[in-house]
Amino acid sequence: MNAGRPITEEDFQAYVDHALDERRREEVEEYLSTHPDAARRVAAYTAQREALRAALAPIAEEPVPDHLNLARLVEARQHRQARSWLSGPGAGPWRNIAAAVALVLIGGAGGWSMHGITAGKASMNPESMLTQEAMDNYRVYAADAVRPVEMHAGEQEQLLRWVSQRLDRKVAVPDLSASGYRFMGGRLVATAHGPGAMFFYDDSSGNRIAMLVRPMKHDGDAPMTEHQKDDVGGVTWCNRGMGYSLVADASAQALHPLADEARRQLRTKI
Amino acid sequence: MNDMMLLIEPLIPPLRRYARALVKDHATADDLVQDCLERAITRWHQRRQDGDARTWLFTILHNLAVSHMRQNRRRGSHLTLDDGVDEAMIARPATQEDALHHADVMQALQTLPEDQRSVLLLVSVEDLTYAEAARVLDIPIGTVMSRLARAREKLLQKMEGAPAQEAAKGGATIHRPAFGAGIFRRVK
Repeated sequence: MNAGRPITEEDFQAYVDHALDERRREEVEEYLSTHPDAARRVAAYTAQREALRAALAPIAEEPVPDHLNLARLVEARQHRQARSWLSGPGAGPWRNIAAAVALVLIGGAGGWSMHGITAGKASMNPESMLTQEAMDNYRVYAADAVRPVEMHAGEQEQLLRWVSQRLDRKVAVPDLSASGYRFMGGRLVATAHGPGAMFFYDDSSGNRIAMLVRPMKHDGDAPMTEHQKDDVGGVTWCNRGMGYSLVADASAQALHPLADEARRQLRTKI
Repeated sequence: MNDMMLLIEPLIPPLRRYARALVKDHATADDLVQDCLERAITRWHQRRQDGDARTWLFTILHNLAVSHMRQNRRRGSHLTLDDGVDEAMIARPATQEDALHHADVMQALQTLPEDQRSVLLLVSVEDLTYAEAARVLDIPIGTVMSRLARAREKLLQKMEGAPAQEAAKGGATIHRPAFGAGIFRRVK
């Protein structure tokens, strides 16, 4: 530190946070002793910091509730991994069926009201509808803190068997780990055009992306298109009659390289 | 596995504190922490060896909380009448005077924009260094510093402004436009 370096606003903040080395702290103190306005402000910030810490301290002193008990969470995960879809479905599928029924009802009602709205203008093209369905399901499931996926990555084989059977088409999962996205698992979702398979991925910071897959009415291919609705972006394409829409809380542009990678893999897998 | 338990377990209380200060609703906050812990367990071996567990966990939790808040905003206002200040948040006050003070500071905290609030909490309450806070929030250190300065100044104005405002209104209900959806708060 140079002696005589001017005192900055950042020095005041760092002073409050006890983040200055001793020499700089002394320089700041010296400055404050001759600048009462700054001294008052720094004192107020310090009092504020103490008040915040005191007000929030009791939360960290509460006993940790059972559902946040780490040993239990680890055990629950091991149990889930060991459990096979076929040997012990448990309550999961039933809950999922109930959710799917609810979504069909909502989707049906939404579809009906959309019908009136879209009838007047040019109707949405198939890729836009697929994107819309992907975004709707993304909003419901990616935001779910408790159970975003019905079957976890460890059950990938069973998951693919299940959704392939329901979609009556061979479904594959692209591996996006090279791009930093880990496969979380997936679920069957309801769309206005029948069942779809939705796969979820997240990065090391917990950001989630999802890909919806369902058969299209046409058998052909469709090039990639970017879509954006509020914060959610989507990149959609079709390959041999299967529609794919990759969506996330991000710009469609940012998703495009991931979609390229997914399409490349899917072409070789299917 | 033991290694993970030893590193993560002591962080659970601070993670709960951060989550609750950000989203307020107790159950939602704990759900976010649970989600964060489950991800940490699943991806423990994937974490960067050069980063420390605390910064990593706060990053996961912060992103979950922000995405939760964004979802709520998109759905429109989810604020309810009792959303002003959560009295239960100020647990076990030593004295009545303390309780009032704590309520004021928490009330003022909730008026800060989310990006300023998170910086202030991570640095002032959770004792993250500026560099760690920058990693959690994925912003440059300079931005951490400027947000911190703005947060403190704004909080100061709120705290100093509040009593005068209440006195002027004669202790009746007052309107706090800063809360967004027209929230009325009962004043003691």
